[in-house]
Amino acid sequence: MLEPDSGLSLTIARIVQRLKGSSLHSQLERQARVSLHNPDIKLESLKEDIKDFLKTSGWEKKLQNAVYSELNVFPSPCHPAAPPEHMKEPLAYMRKAQGSWEKRILKSLNSMSTELSIPLAQKRPVSEQKELLNKWNEMGTDEPDLSLFRPVYAPKDFLEVLMNLRNPNYENGEQPSFRNHLGLIQVPLKVKDIPELKEDFSELGLNIGQLGIDDSSQVPPEFFENEHVRVGQKGMDLFSSVINFLVEQDSAAAQQYVRQGCPTALRADLWALILNISNQPEDILYYEQLKSNVIQHDLLVDSLIYKDVKLTASNDDYYFVFEDYLYQVLLCFSRDTSVLEHFTYSSATPPKSYIRGKLGMEEYAVFYPPNGVIPFHGFSMYVAPLCFLYHEPSKLYQIFREMYVRFFFRLHSISSHPSGIVSLCLLFETLLQTHLPQLFYHLREIGAQPLRISFKWMVRAFSGYLATDQLLLLWDRILGYNSLEILAVLAAAVFAFRAVNLMEVTSLAAAEAVLADLSTLKVMPLLQIFLFATVT
Amino acid sequence: MSGAAGPGSPPGAGLGPGVGRSPLPCAPRPAAALQLAGGAEPARPGVAVIDLRFPRGAAADVQEIVFRNFYTAFLSVRVQRPGARRWVTCLRDYRLMPCPHTERGSQDYFSLRRHQMLCDVAQVTAVRFILRQPSPVWVHFTIEELQLFPPGQKSPQKDFPSWLSQLTPPEHPPSLHGELPDPEKVSTQVQQMWVLTEVIRARQAAARVGRFDVDGCYDVNLLSYT
Repeated sequence: MLEPDSGLSLTIARIVQRLKGSSLHSQLERQARVSLHNPDIKLESLKEDIKDFLKTSGWEKKLQNAVYSELNVFPSPCHPAAPPEHMKEPLAYMRKAQGSWEKRILKSLNSMSTELSIPLAQKRPVSEQKELLNKWNEMGTDEPDLSLFRPVYAPKDFLEVLMNLRNPNYENGEQPSFRNHLGLIQVPLKVKDIPELKEDFSELGLNIGQLGIDDSSQVPPEFFENEHVRVGQKGMDLFSSVINFLVEQDSAAAQQYVRQGCPTALRADLWALILNISNQPEDILYYEQLKSNVIQHDLLVDSLIYKDVKLTASNDDYYFVFEDYLYQVLLCFSRDTSVLEHFTYSSATPPKSYIRGKLGMEEYAVFYPPNGVIPFHGFSMYVAPLCFLYHEPSKLYQIFREMYVRFFFRLHSISSHPSGIVSLCLLFETLLQTHLPQLFYHLREIGAQPLRISFKWMVRAFSGYLATDQLLLLWDRILGYNSLEILAVLAAAVFAFRAVNLMEVTSLAAAEAVLADLSTLKVMPLLQIFLFATVT
Repeated sequence: MSGAAGPGSPPGAGLGPGVGRSPLPCAPRPAAALQLAGGAEPARPGVAVIDLRFPRGAAADVQEIVFRNFYTAFLSVRVQRPGARRWVTCLRDYRLMPCPHTERGSQDYFSLRRHQMLCDVAQVTAVRFILRQPSPVWVHFTIEELQLFPPGQKSPQKDFPSWLSQLTPPEHPPSLHGELPDPEKVSTQVQQMWVLTEVIRARQAAARVGRFDVDGCYDVNLLSYT
């Protein structure tokens, strides 16, 4: 553990290091140089005057947002003696489990490549490149033969791995005892209980207006939304004058605001502010570069993406219209090497390979796919809801990438992080067992462990299960609280809501049927009732 | 002990808990569990002790103790001075795991510094670590990679990056009331600043070009398992 002051110094050093290489740094330098023409800047007090200028012109705010973004994304620095894998994942047995899981995935991908005789990557012939460029905006009309491809893994395979996760230093006796958890997850991670959750999610309280409840027609609008919207609008009117760099954009304030929900009209801009996405010309250029990478090289992973989109998003009533956008985002995502950075704080490791004929030579070692992320069944559902908010491909792409490296990567890797999927599963099971013990016992007795049903909801962050407007209200809170714990709380709240029906079922299939359709659920009332109105 | 920047000396290689410092040579005996007299079967008392003596009965100054935890919940440290038989407690029940039944803190790295100690740790001949793990769910508990560091020999002299030396002084410098600041504290802070510069130097950002291929070629073999 680091002491406060040395931890702070290391954090400052790291942030300075990261921002120094960024475009914001060069922009600030350029602004400072340009400001020298300003008559208000005097030579005697040069440093102070430039600092004041940067403050009033809004650049200091941009810098604050960038620093805030770094603090949100990167974990606090480890002890200097700690090796890098410790920052990825402090527990050795979890690292090992993640390593074995990854090995299984690699084996599966390798065998797919050998069986189908399709290389993992190949350069596209020029004619094919031209063809792809022409139909870039309508790749959904393609009907390639994907029957031989199968997803590398599905959430239920991952659940089996998590169920078998054991700490070798924990007394996992065969005899049932207080040490064994009654649910599927058997690792002793610390999860929050309802009093702690009430405190953490205090802005969701019953006496605080929420968008998604208090803006419905039964509640007179003047009580809530106008005030909330007005507060947001103030930020948004100024936002619209971004061209003049006289904007009051405060990421931290936006993040706080969003905890009570976003008005639909402001959501796209607010999320971009929180994720610190500004869609500068260089970002658009970067996206175009990724697009040209897609055109040039054909990856096996592309077929997996096609298959996934066809199986999931294209079959969904809400998202099938966005099929083309999904290809444009996901294919580029696979080529984006900047995603590799998130592996410093993720427990996962990107798969490695060598250029053909240069096996073992480090200069020819590459990551495959270039972004190190192998998509699984349902991966495209992380992108689909964002298509409602952003229509410009490069901005949509950046938002998705930022959401992935902040949140979604934790949903499919084994780690002890409080927002990691293992902790979420344990949190869900603990909440259910503590507050609905009869239901939990009943479901267990009939062989319908609750996690078997809710796991797929949490792995996909409820995308494809909730109605889109409700899903976006949920994701508002994920951004606002910078944590995925709300997914586990919602899963428990759904079970609580349907408890009466669930008590009457007698099999796993029947329990699945009761919980098959979540599209009519309203997320915020469920969360409020479960957290604040349940008698404990 | 002053730590001001001075003429350069050969840069320290690599980065560790104490760059340019080497741990004190010592031989910690493995953790011995507390045994109750008259106990029939081996009990699991949840208390273990690690004794550490310096070779040839030498005494040494201890500046920092670094170790990796392995499921120990509380740590107490006692030291023995030359000539005295008495053990003096310098750290009492330091909490390593916030919740002993759960994983947090169970495999983390910790540093115990001189200023956290209750007593003076100059010239000690032996150090005793008393480990406590009240939770019965863990099979073993101990601390590993135990290293003791003496006070820094010489402060490494390097050029500070310019921005460090131009840190804005506080608006109202605290009045010292005629006392000088504690040189120990100042030197520790300067040493920390030096660690900062080393960190920055060691991790020069390699500008990402975004290329994932090697000379335009990305025909890869099968994925490697290592």
